[in-house]
Amino acid sequence: MPEKHIDEISGVETTGHEWDGIRELNNPMPRWWVYTFYATILWAIGYAIAYPAIPMITSATKGYLGFSSRAELQQDLDHAKVAQAQFQEMIATKSVQEIDADATLREFAIAGGASAFKVNCAPCHGSGATGGPGFPNLNDDDWLWGGDLDAIQTTIAHGVRYDTDPDTHVSEMPAFAEILDLDQTRQVAAYVWSLTNKPSNPALAEAGKQIFMDNCAACHGDDAKGKAEMGAPNLADAIWLKGRGEDAIVRQVMSPKHGVMPAWQGRLGDTAVKQLTVFVHSLGGGR
Amino acid sequence: MNLYSAQDRKDVEQLHAEPVNARRNRQPLYAARKKIFPKRAEGQFRRFKWIVMLVTLGIYYISPWIRWDRGPFAPDQAILIDLSSRRFFFFFIEIWPQEFYYVAGLLVMAGFGLFLVTSAVGRAWCGYACPQTVWVDLFLVVERAIEGDRNARMKLDAGPWTFDKLRKRVAKHAIWLVIGMATGGAWIFYFADAPTLAVSLLTGKASMAAYATIAVLTATTYVLGGLMREQVCTYMCPWPRIQGAMLDENSLVVTYNDWRGEPRTRHARKAVAQGAMVGDCVDCNACVAVCPMGIDIRDGQQMECITCALCIDACNGVMDKTGKPRGLIAYATLSEYAGNMALATDGGRTAVQPSRVRNPDGSFTDTIRHFDWRIIFRPRVVFYAVIWMSVGIAMLVHLAMRDRLELNVVHDRNPQYVLESNGSIRNGYTLRVLNMVPAQRRIVLSLAGLEGATMRIAELGRQEGRSFIIDAAPDAATSLKVFVTLNPNAARAEGFLFVLEAEDHSDRATYRAAFNAPGDVQ
Repeated sequence: MPEKHIDEISGVETTGHEWDGIRELNNPMPRWWVYTFYATILWAIGYAIAYPAIPMITSATKGYLGFSSRAELQQDLDHAKVAQAQFQEMIATKSVQEIDADATLREFAIAGGASAFKVNCAPCHGSGATGGPGFPNLNDDDWLWGGDLDAIQTTIAHGVRYDTDPDTHVSEMPAFAEILDLDQTRQVAAYVWSLTNKPSNPALAEAGKQIFMDNCAACHGDDAKGKAEMGAPNLADAIWLKGRGEDAIVRQVMSPKHGVMPAWQGRLGDTAVKQLTVFVHSLGGGR
Repeated sequence: MNLYSAQDRKDVEQLHAEPVNARRNRQPLYAARKKIFPKRAEGQFRRFKWIVMLVTLGIYYISPWIRWDRGPFAPDQAILIDLSSRRFFFFFIEIWPQEFYYVAGLLVMAGFGLFLVTSAVGRAWCGYACPQTVWVDLFLVVERAIEGDRNARMKLDAGPWTFDKLRKRVAKHAIWLVIGMATGGAWIFYFADAPTLAVSLLTGKASMAAYATIAVLTATTYVLGGLMREQVCTYMCPWPRIQGAMLDENSLVVTYNDWRGEPRTRHARKAVAQGAMVGDCVDCNACVAVCPMGIDIRDGQQMECITCALCIDACNGVMDKTGKPRGLIAYATLSEYAGNMALATDGGRTAVQPSRVRNPDGSFTDTIRHFDWRIIFRPRVVFYAVIWMSVGIAMLVHLAMRDRLELNVVHDRNPQYVLESNGSIRNGYTLRVLNMVPAQRRIVLSLAGLEGATMRIAELGRQEGRSFIIDAAPDAATSLKVFVTLNPNAARAEGFLFVLEAEDHSDRATYRAAFNAPGDVQ
């Protein structure tokens, strides 16, 4: 310990430390500072008793209040569940039409449906439900299996070409490679394309009309506007699921690709399917 | 008769008052506070302060109880900060959260108002209107009523703990706590319907937040107003330093006029008999005894002084008794004071010489400078006043002309557009129609521009059109999902306007929206 040293100017004792001839005065702390310091010590002791604080070998002390952020989250989730229960019950007992007609229920169903969509549907249909080649865009007014509330609900509940569900939508376009030769295929493709666009060769399209009537009209209709009951797409509109242009049509005629959608009723339950139905219907294309 | 050598007066009480916060006595920060026992002052400034206290406390406690009818769709409380529904009501004015710039404007006005007042009359805010000053004054009223005036209080404080002392102290602190509770209690009435809240408070049914707010404000009022008092102004408050920096040589401040007070003496008669010249100050310490800040104004300008002017009252009383003119301690500007001091001290070369500022008969010479009220209207003050009023007028004009209808639009971004089966392009928008009056209104929503497009409002059904009538809920935002469809033969996609107009043409709002379309669609 260095000797006691009194600063000449202020008359205050110094700490005895010296840096380049400068000594530090050993003044006491201001009172408010000391009190605040004591208060923080008391607070720390209280906190360590009340909350989980002291690490032990496998866990930490539990704290007098038994606080746990996990339990708190669980509590919040339970609260949310209770708050939603009345809406969930109403959705369970009402039809999708009734839900859609009730402003409050509709809002709730759309919010819940949007959330379920992000988790279950977005991987194929996209986060904006815009789909992609082979995966239908759910925003537009073109529906393979019908676009009213009931039809959408059936499609979501039972899926498309989903073997394990007995009520699933089933339809299959034959592979025309075995029935039509390549020229005929090109002709019918030109004809289909000419319904909405300018064909590469009008003569080709003219020749394709009869082939269409003989082979395709049974499912797609004489006017090529499709038939929702058998999932036959409308070929006379601006929307092309598999690809645009005559070449894409040729490919699809020769060896068709068929999309598969799972049945969601068993997996998500009735209320979630109803909420998804109302949500998809609200995207703008619902009929 | 020589006035400035007037006789000693027996009825001028000599007080033993030590200014505990004067620089020469100031304790280091770690030492315990020395208590101040301000003596009751009487005079014009004290009267003015009573009036200010009455008015400010009256406004504070009564305002939330004033009713103002706004119809069935809005609260009938004149002043209400409705946090849960995010509205602010002030008589005929209703402010929504996005109009918070009015509050910013008020804060700008408060700032410039402070500059204005400070440059004109010094720290008047501190001395008269600051809540700390007003509540300390109120607490001192209680203290005096229970424990007596200065001497009695000092005696009680120094005396042993008798039953009487205990009784007085308990009563004082209890009343202080009640005042604190009333302060906190009045505060929360600004945030909810006052009569309803009062009932639920008393029946124990009010929210935890209400009780917690009262508890916190009770504690702060009691601690700051009762226990800490002048320490708040000196150590905690930034205003004294800011205001001190805003004073100039022409600002009015409470001033001890050394040039007529010095040399001070308690024995004027003896001094005069010995041929000495004396000033007007009889060194009675009345100015020190009344000071709530514990300073001696005769030491000159000090940061601690809140310019409450009670020393002026105290000194004027003494001057009346000694037959001298009032104003030994007075509001004066620094330049006026400095001029007189230069005169009295021969430019600082000597101590104050009464003969330099007085005629032989004791009256002041004509060379003495007096306060000229025109100095208040100097450019700096006028500048602050103009800015202060400009902000106020701009806000009033804006308030009178503002539309009570607003339209917020969020354009769908995923998907940006949708191709329909007939080749038309659809864009989706979420509209929020803000009907900012407390009445249901019929509002026309229409498209302007974008020829060949129609819109459909999901909430109103499947009908397509370019104009719809919306029933907008009173004092609320109505949310609409709008689909705008551009037919395939339309020239090209371009920006357009959503136009919102009240059916009675009283309010109108527009929003310029974009319309997205793919480049490759024919």
